[in-house]
Amino acid sequence: MAILTRRNFVKSAAAASALPLLGRAAFADEPLKVGYIYLGPVGDFGWTWAHEKGRKAMVEHFKGKVVADYVENVNEDASATPVIKDLAAQGHKLIFTTSFGYMDQTLEVAKDFPDAKFEHCTGYKHGANVGTYNNRFHEGRAALGTIAGMMSKTGVIGYLGSFKVPEVVLGVNSFTLAAQAINPKIVVKLVMIDSWFDPAKESAAAETLANLGCDVITTHTDSPAALQVCEKKKIYGFGQGADMSKFAPHAHLTAIEDIWGPYYISRAQAMLDGKWESDDAWWGIKEGAVTLSPYNKALPANVAAASDKIVSGYKDGSYDVFTGPIADQSGAEKVKKGDRMSLKDLATIDWYVKGVQS
Amino acid sequence: MSLEFLIAALVTIVSVTTPILLAATGELVVEKSGVLNLGIEGMMLIGAIAAFAVSYETGNPWLGVIASAVAGALASMIFAVLVLFLGSNQVATGLALTIFGTGLSSLIGDSYIGMAGDSFDSIFPTALAEDPIGKLFFGYSPLVYIAFIAVLAVYYFLNRTRAGLVLRAVGENDVSARSIGYSVIGVRCAAIAFGGAMAGVSGSYFTLVSNSLWQPGMTAGRGWIALALVVFSGWRTGRLLAGAYFFGLFMTLELYAKASGFSFLPSQFWASMPYLMAIIVLAIMSARESGGAEAPACLGKTYIPDA
Repeated sequence: MAILTRRNFVKSAAAASALPLLGRAAFADEPLKVGYIYLGPVGDFGWTWAHEKGRKAMVEHFKGKVVADYVENVNEDASATPVIKDLAAQGHKLIFTTSFGYMDQTLEVAKDFPDAKFEHCTGYKHGANVGTYNNRFHEGRAALGTIAGMMSKTGVIGYLGSFKVPEVVLGVNSFTLAAQAINPKIVVKLVMIDSWFDPAKESAAAETLANLGCDVITTHTDSPAALQVCEKKKIYGFGQGADMSKFAPHAHLTAIEDIWGPYYISRAQAMLDGKWESDDAWWGIKEGAVTLSPYNKALPANVAAASDKIVSGYKDGSYDVFTGPIADQSGAEKVKKGDRMSLKDLATIDWYVKGVQS
Repeated sequence: MSLEFLIAALVTIVSVTTPILLAATGELVVEKSGVLNLGIEGMMLIGAIAAFAVSYETGNPWLGVIASAVAGALASMIFAVLVLFLGSNQVATGLALTIFGTGLSSLIGDSYIGMAGDSFDSIFPTALAEDPIGKLFFGYSPLVYIAFIAVLAVYYFLNRTRAGLVLRAVGENDVSARSIGYSVIGVRCAAIAFGGAMAGVSGSYFTLVSNSLWQPGMTAGRGWIALALVVFSGWRTGRLLAGAYFFGLFMTLELYAKASGFSFLPSQFWASMPYLMAIIVLAIMSARESGGAEAPACLGKTYIPDA
């Protein structure tokens, strides 16, 4: 192991020092090389699959001016560092690391490759050549919460999460607040399965939530597994990251879809123009980065209308689910009446709102 | 806590446990013959995609299960050839089989991503599973009953039959077994094939029962749990069954604890519970009995026939 690490290190270091020498002029006609680090397999039909669609859209858009490679199934631990390093050493000038757990690894590698640009998805740490980007998924969750609040008869809703990271906490809070706006007594039972992708565990967790009285379950993990359980148990669910109605024709009410293509195209374009700068992009419903898939035909018209109202509210800026008063689980006031939470506070949120049972 | 609720929880425990039990039962026989196959996870994935593909194309889940057994056994034969005939290192070869199986299943499964198959549910008339008690006995997929039958059959085979005695002899002392005329390689080859078939069927549980879809890498490490379970059981069938349900119980408890809002313990603690308990039980066991003495004496050793 020691030998391998050292060899990799030497290789990377050599490549790093050689790259600036090669210069841009010598390779002016070379296509821009873009690299992607994926958490799951490209076939997860969820998170990674959506990024892969974005990558393909970008490659197609630039017709040969941009080439892109990816590495899938990269763990969110120290083992990600050499993988990111390898991509940079191979001459990828723009590298997207597409999960929260790659944050420190991305910054670490970025230090060794000042010439390459890095974009870390869902993180909050920046560097001269490290930007972050994210989607305001929680806007979509507000629409789902509205639907769930109207469809639930028991007033108990399940939320199947992965890890307690800001993105998931935001989703839970947004969903819960929106559901409570419909029915203030709604309780959201939260189960974190400590994994983004474990279909068997997702199924078992969904079964558990259903047994505990949940009649709507939303998932914040990456597979349609839980939806299939909803279908069997004759309760409702939502797709995550893709239209999953095929897996649960009755249970699937709608899904949040992530559209990453436009962002990837804009960043690659910035690279080609030499105008890339470290940014903190948060695109949402307004920018077309978050959309809802078609509603289930069985969804009552008034429920669909209520959900549409949330979507249009985000489009024209008249609605924000994180508008006070908001209390945390203990009941302490976190956001004053009428105030909206700032993006900065949202990005580092680590508390759940009242009514979340975790 | 109502009876209905309790039974629903028990049903979850059974569905969490069954795939681990299937794979571990196969591995137990393999290890009893003196071979350590670390390729369970890979064979499970190959079995999983074989089951899904055949069941999806034919519409018959039984054919899917048979296909998973055949595919798992075929995959294990790669391991058998390398280890038994070419004398390669068992640990390295087993790991290679896991990596190979993960890759091959992704490749084969590529065109099946995003497709929803039929689920392989109870074969009993639904009327039987209507009331809670009935559900506890008749509400499962046939694979659950197959797992129980397999455990019983393996127990009987290992402890009550002559062939089982031969297999154990091969695992305890391969040179002696050969000197009295038994084919060490033949016995081990059969054991590896059985282990592969069981791992394959275990994989089919993921694509036909707990879900009816295919996703690459969907066994998510269950093969390693099955492997740990064999050690945990001290290579005894009864303890293997108990151990599998012990794991299943804690995995389900984790979910119920979280969903019921026991937030005084961090979720990671609940997730590590089964492993923590395993370590504690192993520590107690090895303190009481002379540690590790139950392992087959030839486990993991390369056997090269000298003639």
